[in-house]
Amino acid sequence: METAFAQMLPPVASDVAGNWDTLFLFLVGVSVVFFVIVVGSMLWFLIKYREKEPGQKVGNIVHNDKLEFLWITIPTILVMIIFAWGWIVYKRMVDAPESAYDIKVIGKQWLWQFQYDNGKTTIGELIVPEKIPVRLIMTSDDVIHSFFLPDFRIKNDVVPGMYTKVWFQANEQGEHTIFCAEYCGNAHSKMMGTVKVVSLSEWETFQKGKGAPKERPASLVEWGQQLYTDKGCFACHSVDGVKGIGPSFKGIWGKQEEMSDGSHILVDENYVRESIEYPGTTKDKLVKGFPPVMPTFKGLIAEEELNALIAFIKNLKE
Amino acid sequence: MSHDAPAHGSHDNYLTHKRGLWSWLYTLDHKRIGLLYLFTILSAFLVGGIAALMVRTELWKPGKVFLDPDGFNQAFTYHGSIMVFMVILPLIPSALGNLILPMQVGAKDVAFPKLNLLSYYVFLFGVILAVATLFTSGIDTGWTFYAPYSIRTSTATIMVVTGAFFMGFAAILTALNFITTVHKLRAPGLTFGRLPLFVWCIYATNIIQMLATPVIALTLMLLVFERLMGIGIFDAKLGGDPVLFQHFFWFYSHPAVYIMILPAMGIINEVIPVFSRKNVFSYWGMAGAVFGIAVVSFIVWGHHMFVSGQSETANFVFSLLTMFVAVPTGIKIFNWVATMYQGSIRLTTPMLYAMAFIFVFLVGGLTGVFLATVSINVHLTDTYFVVAHFHYTMVGGAIMAFMAGLHYWFPKFSGRMYAEFPAKISWFLIFLGFNVTFFPQFILGMQGMPRRYYSYPERFTNLNQISTVGSYLIALGFVLALFYLIYGLLWGKKAPDNPWGAETLEWKTSSPPPHENFIREPVVTHGPYEYQI
Repeated sequence: METAFAQMLPPVASDVAGNWDTLFLFLVGVSVVFFVIVVGSMLWFLIKYREKEPGQKVGNIVHNDKLEFLWITIPTILVMIIFAWGWIVYKRMVDAPESAYDIKVIGKQWLWQFQYDNGKTTIGELIVPEKIPVRLIMTSDDVIHSFFLPDFRIKNDVVPGMYTKVWFQANEQGEHTIFCAEYCGNAHSKMMGTVKVVSLSEWETFQKGKGAPKERPASLVEWGQQLYTDKGCFACHSVDGVKGIGPSFKGIWGKQEEMSDGSHILVDENYVRESIEYPGTTKDKLVKGFPPVMPTFKGLIAEEELNALIAFIKNLKE
Repeated sequence: MSHDAPAHGSHDNYLTHKRGLWSWLYTLDHKRIGLLYLFTILSAFLVGGIAALMVRTELWKPGKVFLDPDGFNQAFTYHGSIMVFMVILPLIPSALGNLILPMQVGAKDVAFPKLNLLSYYVFLFGVILAVATLFTSGIDTGWTFYAPYSIRTSTATIMVVTGAFFMGFAAILTALNFITTVHKLRAPGLTFGRLPLFVWCIYATNIIQMLATPVIALTLMLLVFERLMGIGIFDAKLGGDPVLFQHFFWFYSHPAVYIMILPAMGIINEVIPVFSRKNVFSYWGMAGAVFGIAVVSFIVWGHHMFVSGQSETANFVFSLLTMFVAVPTGIKIFNWVATMYQGSIRLTTPMLYAMAFIFVFLVGGLTGVFLATVSINVHLTDTYFVVAHFHYTMVGGAIMAFMAGLHYWFPKFSGRMYAEFPAKISWFLIFLGFNVTFFPQFILGMQGMPRRYYSYPERFTNLNQISTVGSYLIALGFVLALFYLIYGLLWGKKAPDNPWGAETLEWKTSSPPPHENFIREPVVTHGPYEYQI
């Protein structure tokens, strides 16, 4: 039974996930016992004391001190044990070791941005070493988000105007999904990311700033496509013509797009670049029918990457 | 409605006392006001239910089914806010409470009949204001209106929030009225120790309503000020504190959870003794547990905020206090089951709903302990586990109990019987559909699917589809209920004055009752559950 329940939980990918699962299974066990006692006796009474003839004899028990004492004290003791155990696991979840490596996290509608000590910034992909404690210091650029990593059993709200923290120690190399768990508007369910747990040597290479952690595709268009996912563009801009929060990339290249003030702009290299670095906040730069909500990517996308993205968008021309 | 004479001769009952639309709209009779509430609330239930089906249908598969993300966000916002503010909060206290409570205490009417009518219209105004936004830009904040999203979103937050403000105001007036009624208008011999437990539960609820509702009213007004005038209270960009909003909000909304569940428990307290033909087990244990829950409800709001950024000390205290909710809740559940022991159980529709209530509410309560455990909460909060948990308590609790109460008192307020057979089929569909809808959501939440998600990773598809099928079963059950209840209301066979053989005062008058409830003032000589067999 224990394994069947364990399969319903996400993989155990962090140091603390195992402790969490044990407590969870204990709670499931206690609940099943109580459920069987209550529903079992209810059904048993229903069968045994079902009315066979009107006016049949009934018992006259209006209280039973011993029984009532028991069903007050036993649950009280049990919940106190659960509370204490819960608190012990919680302290493990929140007390980061002194040595933890700090990474800054910024949540914004609708992407995750990660800043490392070496000055590097990644979007949508958090790179961490295995078997080393990592602490995330998080804030939000707009509304409340919540950083949720089911495989690590951690979650914390990401609140504008303050810092919140989570920490974890990843067990082994692999990739895990990050969700936004606090409702934040239109693309809330697309505000996902990946934690990439790398080996110590890869981590050191990444720290020194040499080499990309991801293999770069051969063609510029394919690289652009990869960036489209990694940088989170997909959350708002579709590639199949479906209207999202922002205009679809399909067929937009080379078009005379109508802006919010009625003027027209040709979608070319300069317009795409400008829209990425200084997203349209004025009516003459904002495509008609869309809200001015895109965050700036100035400084988050290298020149080579911009070229790749432009190549990708150009390739979607009809 | 009923033109024929009721069982024992008198031609006049509250339904026929005066005629015409105006006599209903300007009625001061608590029973008619109760029916006005019932009609309004059930209409809102229909709208909220349609929104729920839209949400479940959209979640049939990842990506778009028929709504775009904005449409989906509006659908779950309307579902949540309609069901909470317009349905579950007022459903039992205002609708069934108005219909039954004054009769249960043996009074002619509530203490302030005109105030009672006023509360109805204040409530109706709030409902209209909030529902009218369906025809404007809509609202997409979720029923919790969390700042700063609710301050920045371009939708009709102000109208909905003002609507909720008026509904809260109406609840305060009703609470005041009932509290006074219970204190001042009890029949001779009806001591506090002889009050039906339904009255105890509504009374405890009223106290919570009077103390907690002003807080949400102020909070919502602060939100309106911030939106209209840019005063920085909750938005960090203006120097405000977004977590403060959550403290204010849950300071009301957690007690509100008990505003929803205590009256439900009150109904179960009536139904189980009557259909077990047995005195309730531990009357004072039951009444005491209700007040235990009511008191604790005020000091546990922080358990909604374990990952909000509040301090570890706060988490410690709120987790510890929340654990104590389990104790009185457990007492009530054990007492209900013990009441059935050595009884003579009749499996009528109200009893079926009462047993479904115990089954479902037990699951809701046990998963509540999971969520009260701070470390377990970290992973599960804001996932479908929470969605499943509060539907097991709110729908499984309040709605199952409401259905028990509706069927139990149906003969009393309509003067006619509903048909048992379709009622049992409908019960089965609702009970089965409920579990099929919400049990898979526990597993989804354990696996990490966050709530309020328009789309989701492929691996969650199967469980979501099971859940969606379940929601259609529930809908089918309620549609069936609508038909046989309307049929019963118009053409059902005449109800005797006391079809269930109950001992509480509302059954000591005719069905339907006369205009002022009792021909002669009743005198109480024994407890509410001492059945003469």
